[in-house]
Amino acid sequence: MTQDERLDREPDVHTWTGRARVWMLKKLPPDKLLPEDQPSYVASWIYVFGMGAIGSLLIVIASGVILSLNGPNWYHISALGHFVNSLHLWSVELMFLTMVVHLWGKFWMASWRGGRALTWITGVGSFAVSIVAAFTGYLLQTNFDSQWIAFEGKDALNASGIGAWFNVSNLGQMFMWHVTLLPLAVGAIVVLHVVLVRMRGVVPPIDAAATDSQLTGVPATATEPTEAKVN
Amino acid sequence: MKGKVDPMSARAVGIAGTPWRGKLREYDLFKELTVGVSVMVVLTVILALVLGSPDEPSVTLKSWANAQTADFAATATAELGGTSETAQYGPPYTNTKGATQTIGALDLQSLSGVQLPVNTANAFVLDPLATLPNQPTEIATWRAATKAEQAKWTDTYATALSKAPKSAPLNVKSGNYGPVPALIGDLTAMAQSGALDGVIQAQGNAYNLNYTNEILFLGDGQYFQNLAADQHLTGDQWGMMNETGGTPGQSWLWLFSFFYQIPPFSTAPNADLLVVGVMLILTLLLALVPFIPWLRRIPKWIPVHRLVWKDYYRKR
Amino acid sequence: MNTLLLAMGDSPGIYLGWGVFTIQLGNLIIILTMLALFGLALVLPFPGSGGRK
Ligand code: HEM
Repeated sequence: MTQDERLDREPDVHTWTGRARVWMLKKLPPDKLLPEDQPSYVASWIYVFGMGAIGSLLIVIASGVILSLNGPNWYHISALGHFVNSLHLWSVELMFLTMVVHLWGKFWMASWRGGRALTWITGVGSFAVSIVAAFTGYLLQTNFDSQWIAFEGKDALNASGIGAWFNVSNLGQMFMWHVTLLPLAVGAIVVLHVVLVRMRGVVPPIDAAATDSQLTGVPATATEPTEAKVN
Repeated sequence: MKGKVDPMSARAVGIAGTPWRGKLREYDLFKELTVGVSVMVVLTVILALVLGSPDEPSVTLKSWANAQTADFAATATAELGGTSETAQYGPPYTNTKGATQTIGALDLQSLSGVQLPVNTANAFVLDPLATLPNQPTEIATWRAATKAEQAKWTDTYATALSKAPKSAPLNVKSGNYGPVPALIGDLTAMAQSGALDGVIQAQGNAYNLNYTNEILFLGDGQYFQNLAADQHLTGDQWGMMNETGGTPGQSWLWLFSFFYQIPPFSTAPNADLLVVGVMLILTLLLALVPFIPWLRRIPKWIPVHRLVWKDYYRKR
Repeated sequence: MNTLLLAMGDSPGIYLGWGVFTIQLGNLIIILTMLALFGLALVLPFPGSGGRK
């Protein structure tokens, strides 16, 4: 009996909670969430860049939390503060660097195939929201650069009608966006992205065929006809 | 769902759409996470230690009025006369007619309305002067005058300023400028002492986190613009991507920045709106790649994937 | 290499330009690094890519 069949037969799931549990376990069983093996084709350095982006994002968050402890003026006056500010800046640079290499990789691997469109879209979403988050970070520098970015950045926002509500010269407003709203947004969308990757499994090579030795080397029942419909 | 599904599409069919039943290899997610985080920590710490981060001091009305008194005085005159860039910006600051960026009938700027009203004469010049212990009597003279008189005073004074040696207020030939020279002189003195920063910033509150007025005032002058241009920060210098000094900036904005450099955008009066529109469309296209047949087939035509999965294709 | 790296520090910026193209050296280094990493990730063999099961 497969896990799915077992879940279908689980008795007594008429509560919301029970149904949610069954649904979640079906969509993402623990051994899929935290796997100990991967398909044999998952063997390329290109796969490490997603993890690199996660690693840098964690450092961005950690260094941002330390900066928050003392407020935005700290790094102007303290050597330690300035160092933490440097950590924050460079982890952001590294996050974008790894994220962009990751994006290129996923594009050339056409990783949206086989029901993975939402993984791709949440990836683009992570990129877009991270850009806004970084922009508000630059506005919080409380130095010449942030003054200039506030002055120059307002025009594109005003022209598109956003500037009236998203005022880049309003430090208080930008502060809140940068330290609460946008980190939550980036965090949520990245978590969704990674959970989707685990749910769908890593996309097989373009043109992979049921006759490939990687697939024929295992018991015949394990392979599916190429155009079989699933889900 | 049979036969003719494009294998490059996002449809959940075929080998890509079914759980993998082929060969496996060992994989340790937590180990990879730990290694990944460790590598990034090491890299970040090295970069932060070696390269640090820039922190170019902010500029103030005080530093401006002391460094370039003439530019400050000329800008203050434009604020008083309502001829500065801010005074004629349109929404969200003023309701100047015809100042908005539009594409045909699309006028989002007007649609958003004047949500952050700024009256430059009052906010930047007259109200601050009214906080002085010895309020200049010229404020009353100015307020009692007609619009036409006010405009004539500021116009002739602005012209005289620009013609004066070194454009210095002190070198201006005498003429019929009404209360303008006195107002601008007092405001300049106030700025030089640092008092103006405080007043413009505080706007009557003990707490204020909104720097709109100060930044708009600074931006109307040449001093701030020139400092930015020296650091390659202005829009026509790809400044959107740049950080002060040698530190890398927002290189991910390269495409956004690029459009501002080329026609038709570089010369269009509605460049901001056009570029934002183009970027929105391109971002949407990127998000929708899985659904656009000619886009999603590019990875098949240019077989970079042969390198990614070289082991797989070799052993198939 | 070291001088290149240090160009990304808090020193006066170095700008390279060809016509309308101007780029700050720090940004250029970042972009070239991304391209190099992408290229290397494609061509370098991945360790232990032998199959199991
Ligand atoms: C903060 C940003 C991002 C993080 C932290 C992140 C993280 C990850 C991780 C850890 C994986 C699995 C491992 C791997 O293949 O590298 C992954 C897979 C994926 N990512 Fe991202 N990603 C981000 C941004 C993006 C972007 C910008 C795109 C594309 C526009 C994207 C598209 C994908 C796709 C399609 C997959 C599935 C790959 C497959 O099934 O083989 N991601 N992401």
